Amino acid sequence: MTDTQAVNQRTKPAANPPERSRAAGAVTARTGVGDRFSSWTNHHREMWRESWARFFASPMSSGMTALVIAIALALPAALQLGLTNFQKAVAGWDGQPQISVFLHKRARENAVQSFADDLRGDPLVAGVTYISPEQALAEFQQSSGLGDALLGMDSNPLPAVLLVRPRGSDTASLETLATRLRDSAMTDSVVLDMAWVQRLAQLTELGQRMSMGLALLLALGVLLVVVNSIRLHIESRRDEILVVKLVGATDAFVRRPFLYTGLVYGLVGGLIAWLLVSGGVWLLAGPISGLANLYGSGFRLDGPGFTYLIGLAGGAALLGLTGAWLAVARHISAIQPR
Amino acid sequence: MDGFTACLAKPYRLAAPPRCLKLLSDPQKTKNNKNALMIQFDNVNKRYESGQDALGRVSLEIDRAEMVFLTGHSGAGKSTLLKLLTAIERPTRGSIIVGGQNLNRLRNSQIPYYRRNLGIVFQNHQLLFDRSVFDNVALPLSVSGCSRREVGRRARAALDKVGLLHKEKQNPIVLSGGEQQRVGIARAVVNKPALLVADEPTGNLDPKLSEEIMGLFRQFNAVGTTVLIASHDLELIARMRQRVLTLQQGQLIYDGYPSREPAY
Repeated sequence: MTDTQAVNQRTKPAANPPERSRAAGAVTARTGVGDRFSSWTNHHREMWRESWARFFASPMSSGMTALVIAIALALPAALQLGLTNFQKAVAGWDGQPQISVFLHKRARENAVQSFADDLRGDPLVAGVTYISPEQALAEFQQSSGLGDALLGMDSNPLPAVLLVRPRGSDTASLETLATRLRDSAMTDSVVLDMAWVQRLAQLTELGQRMSMGLALLLALGVLLVVVNSIRLHIESRRDEILVVKLVGATDAFVRRPFLYTGLVYGLVGGLIAWLLVSGGVWLLAGPISGLANLYGSGFRLDGPGFTYLIGLAGGAALLGLTGAWLAVARHISAIQPR
Repeated sequence: MDGFTACLAKPYRLAAPPRCLKLLSDPQKTKNNKNALMIQFDNVNKRYESGQDALGRVSLEIDRAEMVFLTGHSGAGKSTLLKLLTAIERPTRGSIIVGGQNLNRLRNSQIPYYRRNLGIVFQNHQLLFDRSVFDNVALPLSVSGCSRREVGRRARAALDKVGLLHKEKQNPIVLSGGEQQRVGIARAVVNKPALLVADEPTGNLDPKLSEEIMGLFRQFNAVGTTVLIASHDLELIARMRQRVLTLQQGQLIYDGYPSREPAY
């Protein structure tokens, strides 16, 4: 018998305990679907809490990232809000063309009245508003601030005006109506307010498109900011990822904290963006309502309401999640134990 | 008494696997007559992209509940063998069967589940210093989706086993080298693995601490865990009087029970 065999015989039985109950245990080693689901939701809840804790653990760096996201989102949001308010301000004039008929200074009041009545009977006309020279003067004094200058004049320089609302808005019928009005003996001049209404509509459309383009561009910026921050997070937790993978973590498990971190960045960024826009509106509200008063309008600036809050926070959270997903897809599979 | 309360009432035994884990040792799965085998390497070759053969045609078999030492100079292929075993690397040729599971057929998405049946102890213990001792030990269980209660119970039991339960709330960075390695071992055994793999577990420890660590491995082995330890501490290996596998330049040159000095 060789030396080795001797050792074998001597030590083997000691190191080899009787058949153990492992096999019996293994058979029952099953986890129910319910258990799995509850541990899955637990992990989600944990990661949600942990990503907030991590966010506030380094308030400077995470705060700056969130602020970059906030500024990038506040710009298009503010532009959009401005456009909405602008549209509201001009809502009284939109679409419907209006023909201003300036009458001769010497036209008599009752002749003008009967002319207006004639026009009201015209099938092409929807309505006529008569503004007498006195009314026009009063309105002008109130809204222009040039009242004093007018007081110095001997007589009222303003003519009577008929505001004609045409029934149709097609160019041909408008032109016909304008020609007929121009031909009247009492008419001094006719102004068809079509061109600037159309220009306004075009400008609004242009603004919409620009804000949309800006929003897309800045959303891309936000995405890149998030991708980069998450990439740094992944790098700084490289050791942890390696260990966790070695003890049997699935990729989904490894991904989860980073996805939540991206979500939190976006969410905080969106909330700050909403605060920035609200602050801006608060700053501008005073001067704008003063301006509106001067123009004799009751216009009030609309703040970014609840819809904006939901939209900004939700959109930003989605961007954060997408950015995190992009970063994670690229970088986590690259970290494998060696 | 239903199954769950019975499970709670039972005293902690390493032989009982957590309910949240599937084990390699499920006898239903190993239908072939190799039930007693834990690890089987059949003509395994591993060639790295550099063209270097780290392992050449290695065949070996390790029974369940065996305790085996793997030795050899650095560069002999020890780490490669462990990497193949832990599915970090895949063999270039040959087949590896662990607990009835053919690693060649393991899809990437299945690797995490395979690893949950392994306990891995690293030379530099690979503890995470951003969390407590308890959280480090609990990591494999949280990863497997065990319930919070189960995690707490198992992790404390494993810490108790290595004698560090009183330090569960501390950060591992304040522990001594030997204690850190014990935490590493507690983490490796917390999921009741059928196979415990250790890569130079005593590499940085003095002889007395090394002896302690080996004592722990022996205890786990005594309750049925297969233990494979890579080490170049020949003195220690000789004292342990267990089966030794020696690698040299990627070849298995010795497999047996040395009396005093391993043959190389």
